[in-house]
Amino acid sequence: MAVIVHGVLLAAATATGHASAVDWGTFGVAAAIVLSGAIGVVVARNPVHSALMLVMTLFGIAVLFVLQRDDFLAAVQVIVYAGAIVVLFLFVIMFLGVDREENIAAEPLRGQRPLAVALVALGVTGLLLLGEISKWTIGAPSVAGSTDSSTSNVAQLGTSVYTTYLFPFEITSALLVIAVVGAVALARRPPMADIDRVPDTEAEIAGDTGSETAGDTGSVTDRGSSEKGDDPETDQAAATDDAHQHTDAHQEVTP
Amino acid sequence: MTAATTAINGNISGEWYLALAGVLFAIGAFGLLIRRNVLVMFMCVELMLNAANLTFVTFANMLHDIGGQVLVFFVLVVAAAEVVVGLGIVVAIFRRRASATADDFHLMKG
Repeated sequence: MAVIVHGVLLAAATATGHASAVDWGTFGVAAAIVLSGAIGVVVARNPVHSALMLVMTLFGIAVLFVLQRDDFLAAVQVIVYAGAIVVLFLFVIMFLGVDREENIAAEPLRGQRPLAVALVALGVTGLLLLGEISKWTIGAPSVAGSTDSSTSNVAQLGTSVYTTYLFPFEITSALLVIAVVGAVALARRPPMADIDRVPDTEAEIAGDTGSETAGDTGSVTDRGSSEKGDDPETDQAAATDDAHQHTDAHQEVTP
Repeated sequence: MTAATTAINGNISGEWYLALAGVLFAIGAFGLLIRRNVLVMFMCVELMLNAANLTFVTFANMLHDIGGQVLVFFVLVVAAAEVVVGLGIVVAIFRRRASATADDFHLMKG
């Protein structure tokens, strides 16, 4: 039934020379999904909801890729973005336990939102104006191949990646290795395991402030603490350091 | 739009895709500027990257050039690397500050 409707609509569209109603319908639905998901990312209070809204937007983008006969990138979009990147987001959200609701209505910096609206409007308007009034040149036709539909999208893309864009592709592998090494270096606990631990409870801070002067002088100079200063955080930082004195043994056996 | 271009773009002229990508980019930029949770700010960066991806694919079809699609491929890889390193930084800061709010990150303030 749908095929018949599609065929009829397609015939009507080609007869009249206008775009197919099916294509327009698909585009409209996908655009609505993309935009509502994007707005959801921005206004959702809970970071988990933001991540799920991001998945919605990514699926909409994938539909738009399919609509432009770009099947391989649509699949990659779903697998890499929705399958890997958003899962990584959700993993970190759950891992850090920051899935508390945030008060969106509060505006800690006065005038930030009007300024943000003005900046974005200015940027987009400037971009549109540039597109209208300036003469863009697109340069010589690429030698990478065209997007004709005689061969499949995957074949075209693969040929192009492994011939014309081979060197950038190899650089990409180096980038991924660097990213992995960087992530491991960042997420690893440093050898001085005590500087990054935050006291769990208020009682832990309060309970240890009494012995602060006794056991802390050596260890603070030892690690050249940058937190020593005149700001009111010093006391808490010192208390934090002191709290670690009691947990050092535990920290060192932790892998 | 010429007839050949509209045919490749699925019968819809490329301007519509570009307009949608522009709106998506604006929403992402706005969210990046107003949100305080670092993770949500990262997601807004992803929105902006996706708007750029949509633009690349649209231009690849409008100009009959597969290079745009290859570029989307690279953008995906860069986005993945960016998220990995960025979330690593968030985890490292969270260990020290127990917070994922950008307002609390003033370690480098003079």
